[in-house]
Amino acid sequence: MNPFKTLTAAATVLLLTATGVAQAGAALNAIKERGFIKCGVSDGLPGFSYADEKGNYNGIDVDVCRAVAAAVFGDATKVKFTPLTAKERLTALQSGEIDVLSRNTTWTSSRDSAQGMNFTGITYYDGQGFLVNKKLGVKNAKGLDGATVCVQAGTTTELNLSDYFRANKMKYTPISYDKSDESAKSLEAGRCDVLTSDQSQLYAQRIKLAKPDDYIVLPDVISKEPLGPVVRHGDDDWYDIVKWTLFVMVNAEELGITSKNVEEMKKSTNPDVKRLLGVEGDKGKDFGLANDWMAVVIKQVGNYGEIFERNVGKGSPLKIERGLNALWNQGGLQYAPPMR
Amino acid sequence: MTEPISTPVKPPIWNNPQVRAIMFQIIALVATVTFGLYIFQNTQANLRQLGIASGFDFLSSHSGFGIVQSLIPYSESSSYGRVFWVALLNTLLVSVLGVLFATLIGFIVGIARLSKNWLISRLALVYIEAFRNIPLLLQIFFWYFAVLRAMPAPRQSFSLGEAAFLNIRGLYLPAPQFQPGFGGVLAAFGIAVVLVIFLSRWAHQRQMATGQQFPTLRAALALLLGLPLLIFWLAGSPLTWQYPELQGFNFRGGWVVIPEMASLLLAITLYTAAFIAEIVRAGIQAVSHGQTEASFSLGINSSKTLRLIILPQALRVIIPPLTNQYLNLTKNSSLAAAIGYPDLVSAFAGTVLNQTGQAIECIAITMAVYLTISLLISLLMNLYNRQVALVER
Repeated sequence: MNPFKTLTAAATVLLLTATGVAQAGAALNAIKERGFIKCGVSDGLPGFSYADEKGNYNGIDVDVCRAVAAAVFGDATKVKFTPLTAKERLTALQSGEIDVLSRNTTWTSSRDSAQGMNFTGITYYDGQGFLVNKKLGVKNAKGLDGATVCVQAGTTTELNLSDYFRANKMKYTPISYDKSDESAKSLEAGRCDVLTSDQSQLYAQRIKLAKPDDYIVLPDVISKEPLGPVVRHGDDDWYDIVKWTLFVMVNAEELGITSKNVEEMKKSTNPDVKRLLGVEGDKGKDFGLANDWMAVVIKQVGNYGEIFERNVGKGSPLKIERGLNALWNQGGLQYAPPMR
Repeated sequence: MTEPISTPVKPPIWNNPQVRAIMFQIIALVATVTFGLYIFQNTQANLRQLGIASGFDFLSSHSGFGIVQSLIPYSESSSYGRVFWVALLNTLLVSVLGVLFATLIGFIVGIARLSKNWLISRLALVYIEAFRNIPLLLQIFFWYFAVLRAMPAPRQSFSLGEAAFLNIRGLYLPAPQFQPGFGGVLAAFGIAVVLVIFLSRWAHQRQMATGQQFPTLRAALALLLGLPLLIFWLAGSPLTWQYPELQGFNFRGGWVVIPEMASLLLAITLYTAAFIAEIVRAGIQAVSHGQTEASFSLGINSSKTLRLIILPQALRVIIPPLTNQYLNLTKNSSLAAAIGYPDLVSAFAGTVLNQTGQAIECIAITMAVYLTISLLISLLMNLYNRQVALVER
């Protein structure tokens, strides 16, 4: 059960910190020696990280880890996924149980500073919203005064919730669960009036309910939730690889390189494309990877647009619009530094 | 002829068993302390290197999250330290109530198990075997997800005379509002308690001296209820009730027992009571049957035999394993995290740990608290055990 998992993880932090001394490059070396990446994902969130009936993981967060594996090993399957609850995730990363946490985790200052983590980028620009039963007749978040709210324990959501209700001088009763599934079940059973979480999660939770059409996501967005992959402090080489894997996927979309046309694009005359695909220059050596690692990432996993549409966009049951997650030159916020 | 006298040579100091014993102790102590210091410093160095904050300063920063149940005033602007107290009190609340109810049910079922009535003893057997053989976590889930989830929505609540309401959000009870003058009633109750103590002493002495009995129990009840009620009436009923009312989404006002707490309490009480029942049965059976026969032959009736002859002797056998059950119950209350009851493990070692990222401090505090609670329970039970233990002369 969760409390014990958390305890074990915490005990591991104690043990690890008490015995070994971390060295720069240590994480990357350990991963290379091991031969696969240990990636922390959610305990079941359609579109982001979700195990299907055969036990295969799918989702945008899962694809980020696959892309990193493709970058390091040239093989996107060299990943071991560990499902984690919101409560367990940060301790699991701190303790070294996982190498990278790609689990719809919000980038905040305290996580970046006091908790010993490095966010490597933003895979999904999100914001917190509310999911309610239509029967309540609530039209917007201001109508939620006095409501009982289900929320996941140990999240930024929990803090935003209290900020929002305090700022608007409204009252609420929080019911905090470890697992998002428990929150959803409680909403269905009527233990709480409203479920709050990042909007993307609300859409994902909604399709898991028995009668999705009875529930609506309120229009209000009460916070900024930039979600992205996280690594531990202490190994900059590893940090760079995870960071640039995401940038490569965004740049590839911008340059029109997809998993389908990557081989043809190698013949392109555009120097940006040539550099990205490893035809020109030695972008591999800088990272200590194979020279064509970026091409392998695109080929095996796809560019950012592809993984978005496949997992949460038009190609998925969630049908989420690109919105903030469109490229910067198409009215969105996805912008990657240049490869040179 | 004289035999050479061997003068006793003083053995070297390292061969002296006493010196050796002390030396070993000192070496062991130094090694342990050094190891402890090494671990501590290494941990600190590594935490610094990983960029993880350490120390206990976080206890005074704002928590920023809400808690569903708190016995002391708490708001989102309270500190993490306050969260600790809220969580600790929630743990203690469920543990103390659990110990009380489990003891009560355990003794009743344990005695029922030995009843000569076939039906009663079988029912007790079924209860014991069912509850102690199903994992506790499963029982918590059963009460929470199967039983209490079947309650109606707030608008369709079961109501008891429009004063108490039962729905999926919990049991809503009217809350007493004490008006000025209620202090007198409390004082009257205090006086009644003192009177009862004197009364029982007097009755005991009189019985010792003359053999005459006095209906102490009935008199005590009359005093404990009658005196406060009299003052209550004289002071003009200084007590009003705040009834829960349906407002918007939920009932407001009054007292509420949340389903998370109810299912946790039900589960740990019934589970532990099954074990206590077995302990009580074993304790009673450990008292020689001759005691019962001797008591009967003196003309003492069966309920008095149980109360005055059997149970006091059985308690000597019962108390030590009973202490274990109390400890288990308290520690088992940490399963609260599974259903979202804000106890110490869930709210402090869970949420606070996560919001601050200071795993070592949070876990260390939590472990220290459980250790302290357990040692306190042991201490109290040992003191009680000393009272009932056989006095050997």
